[in-house]
Amino acid sequence: MAGITLDKLAHSYLAKPGNDADFALKQIDYHWEDGGAYALLGPSGCGKTTLLNIISGLLLPSKGHVLFDGVDVTELSTEQRNIAQVFQFPVIYDTMTVAQNLAFPLLNRGVNQSEVDSRVSDMLATLELTEKANRKARGLTADEKQKISLGRGLVRYDVNAILFDEPLTVIDPHMKWQLRTKLKELHQQFGHTMIYVTHDQTEALTFADKVVVMYEGEVVQIGTPEELFDTPEHTFVGYFIGSPGMNILPAELNANALQFADQSIALPGDYRNASGSVELGIRPEFVSLLSQEQARAKDNPSCVPFKTTSVEDIGRFRIVRGEVAGHTIAAVLPEDQSLPSEPVALFDPARINVYQHSRLIKPTSMQSGGGNHG
Amino acid sequence: MLELESVTKRVGAVAHINDVTIRMERGSLNVLLGPTLSGKTSLMRLMAGLDKPTSGDIKFDGASVLGQSVRKRNVAMVYQQFINYPAFTVYDNIASPMRLAGIDKKTIDKRVRETAELLKLSEFLERTPLNLSGGQQQRTAIARALVKDAELVLLDEPLANLDYKLREELREELPRLFAETGAVFVYATTEPHEALLLGGQTATLSEGCLTQFGATIDVYNKPNNLVTAQTFADPPLNCITVIAQGNQLQKDDFSFGAINESVADGNYTLAVRPHHVALSADERYNVAVDVTVGTSEITGSETFIHVKALNEQWVVLTHGVHRFQSGDKLTVYLNPDYFYLFNDSKDLVKAPQLQRLAN
Amino acid sequence: MDKPFSNKAWLFVLPVFLLVALSAIVPLMTVVNYSVQDTFGNNQFFWAGLEWYEELLHSERFHDALLRNLTFSAIILIIEIPLGIFIALNMPRKGVWVPICLILMALPLLIPWNVVGTIWQVFGRADIGLLGHTLAQLGVDYNYATNWFDAWVTVILMDVWHWTSLVVLLCYSGLVSIPDAYYQAARIDGASKWKVFRYIQLPKIHRVLLIAVLLRFMDSFMIYTEPFVLTGGGPGNTTTFLSIDLVKMAIGQFDLGPAAAMSIVYFLIILLLSWVFYTVMTNYGEDKPEASR
Repeated sequence: MAGITLDKLAHSYLAKPGNDADFALKQIDYHWEDGGAYALLGPSGCGKTTLLNIISGLLLPSKGHVLFDGVDVTELSTEQRNIAQVFQFPVIYDTMTVAQNLAFPLLNRGVNQSEVDSRVSDMLATLELTEKANRKARGLTADEKQKISLGRGLVRYDVNAILFDEPLTVIDPHMKWQLRTKLKELHQQFGHTMIYVTHDQTEALTFADKVVVMYEGEVVQIGTPEELFDTPEHTFVGYFIGSPGMNILPAELNANALQFADQSIALPGDYRNASGSVELGIRPEFVSLLSQEQARAKDNPSCVPFKTTSVEDIGRFRIVRGEVAGHTIAAVLPEDQSLPSEPVALFDPARINVYQHSRLIKPTSMQSGGGNHG
Repeated sequence: MLELESVTKRVGAVAHINDVTIRMERGSLNVLLGPTLSGKTSLMRLMAGLDKPTSGDIKFDGASVLGQSVRKRNVAMVYQQFINYPAFTVYDNIASPMRLAGIDKKTIDKRVRETAELLKLSEFLERTPLNLSGGQQQRTAIARALVKDAELVLLDEPLANLDYKLREELREELPRLFAETGAVFVYATTEPHEALLLGGQTATLSEGCLTQFGATIDVYNKPNNLVTAQTFADPPLNCITVIAQGNQLQKDDFSFGAINESVADGNYTLAVRPHHVALSADERYNVAVDVTVGTSEITGSETFIHVKALNEQWVVLTHGVHRFQSGDKLTVYLNPDYFYLFNDSKDLVKAPQLQRLAN
Repeated sequence: MDKPFSNKAWLFVLPVFLLVALSAIVPLMTVVNYSVQDTFGNNQFFWAGLEWYEELLHSERFHDALLRNLTFSAIILIIEIPLGIFIALNMPRKGVWVPICLILMALPLLIPWNVVGTIWQVFGRADIGLLGHTLAQLGVDYNYATNWFDAWVTVILMDVWHWTSLVVLLCYSGLVSIPDAYYQAARIDGASKWKVFRYIQLPKIHRVLLIAVLLRFMDSFMIYTEPFVLTGGGPGNTTTFLSIDLVKMAIGQFDLGPAAAMSIVYFLIILLLSWVFYTVMTNYGEDKPEASR
């Protein structure tokens, strides 16, 4: 097991990269703790697979170094890095049995037979595949095959890191739950450094302690799932994390209040460091839809008339899409709440983020605590 | 209107489709929901006329289509893989079905541009599909299906190979795009969440059998039987077998409280959706269950807690961020109003009573 | 995999059936007819029953020719299959060399059999042939016209030169379809080159390999042109394979009955051996048939 340091790492697929746009992966400096669970999240073409290939040793970066526990491994081959990887499509050795598949990496490394047998039977038990130990691996279901490819990494107790490249792509939704849980258990049990590449926010957020969000070759934010949800540092993160994504609306920042649609919304934080045209970011979860009477009763000045355009009932909540002051906006309505006929939208001021040129403006101080929710 | 009457498809001794009767109206969006190998693709192939049923009849607008060739049927299909003519530009790809139909150039041009606009492909019309992203390629394939003016449009997991966020956007657009054309739309997916977002009607499939067909949200809220309920659950449904006596539900010496409905005494399967398990008690959530935490997953706004409750593997889905360690003891609370009960033959006897309150 | 179903498909297949009927089944029946009769010319036929078959199966000449054929096919397979796989494994997977290699490989396949025979016949001659002359200069006593071993070596060389490419191209097509992830996984698992071949490449190409083995077996078992052009079956009878013998018998001696019986037996042997190869190779590594829907 090892901590992984990315030291001024950058990569371009061109021989002589000129400007910034030539880089598939723009410069990244970061340290991944030993035993941590990390996710690389972003849309296709964002550079996440490039980064993974650099870590696994398939790709030599144009600039910078990769260090495992402080040792430079940039020039080392995949074999020498002592890592394991689970691919998008299950890679198994068709002609071998399940047990032989698990024994394969050990036998290749000259581990003696009795040790191999005991580790393989342990691993079969861990993966709940003991009954199928002597079955040919090719006849198994996709999720079982993925477990085997993971097992081939875990069975070598000393791997530096386990890399996952969208491992749940071909798994049915029900099995996804089980496999994800299994993965988490194994992480707790073995404590390997794990790096998980995906475009699926649910997978990334539920798996990782820290999520690296990438966009057009750039790391736009590294943070815990809460940080990504509560305070996205870039409007892209706001949009990409959360389903539906964050509502981004044009507004004017004036002292510590936002001017939006003839309303002034007082913000809890102190924003004297910025002013002018900004973007108001509010998650659909924090847009309440109230009836006119409720709004009047609450005596809240910052309510905006909401014109409903569509309602999607997805069971445990409803997504209400509509318009406020000519801008489209989404709100989330809990299962047990009714939708008023002529609603007004109320933004929770504590949950408003302010962006300028797509970047988050942090308040210099908070007058009253926001942040917590539940 | 597409009607399938007692359609069965056997391959060898295996029934891939078993006695399916279903009726789909024009202008409707019909979701086929079920796990891999539940028969979604087999059913679509039968509907398209690519396969012939072993028994049963398939009718379109009242007339049997079994004798007709696929080419005459005016069916459009979109697959999971992005299938376009690689040598054609996007424009020619979209225009191709209309050219085959012998439509005049001016109309074709107009339709291609309209459809491209609708699917946000206008700026790529002169490119070939291989120079496009996956999402754009699939939108091209969808555009081709749209302009064909088909009576029956079959979409077989069309978004499965796309990025999460792209899926979200297309899912929102698709029902709107299709509602206007007046064709019968059939959309296969493995994901309950996708079915809910698409709306329309949902047919749940399990091992080649149609387990239920109805308005999507109704099937979700009131599944006829346990199989449907489990097919239509993501995260999975929490189940436990109980004994009902009077209106009291009991598992061994643990009481799940009283339900308002009266059910016959006997054995039942009690099912609760994960978001109907609360971490704190109130007047509605008043049945306390002691559980042991396995793993917990945090999405940033919600937490999934995998727990062991009365020896069953359950999932709790709760708002906000909650951190638990594996092995932690916890008390969760249930609301008997939100119980599902399935009888011995796995049929629904009680569904949750939804109450919608003004906040 | 399900296939589209339509009754009309039969209409498209019908011409092929007719063609096959005319070109294969009718002649085959004629041959069967000949094989159970005797003739002295003049279109007069007498019933001979299974006489020709009995005679054939007890004939030493047939046994020798059959043995030659089996030996030849065995040698061809033993050389061409591993060599073909080896070359395919070492061909580049991407870059400018791919088309160049593919064209080079395809070249021998474009040359007709008798031309190959003639090329080698000339190439091997001790007086004017490059190979024959060079060998003679080196003091090697090489003469395919008089030495049976030299004749065999030459025929085998011809066939290897002519047909190994087919095995190469088939294997190559199988190899390039293996996703990169398999090789990466094998590297991560610390697999040696041999193990990568044994557990990834071989299982993945075993279907195309089956086709290669079948084609090469059938073709080599039916070898005719090369030895015919080279030595006409000599020296002596040492390169007289079944096909050459058959032609000698049918056209040279005009023994229609025995020749017909021989072609039937010949045909059955090829059918039987092909079936054995097919069964053995498809069952290799097979667990249970996978469920597919």
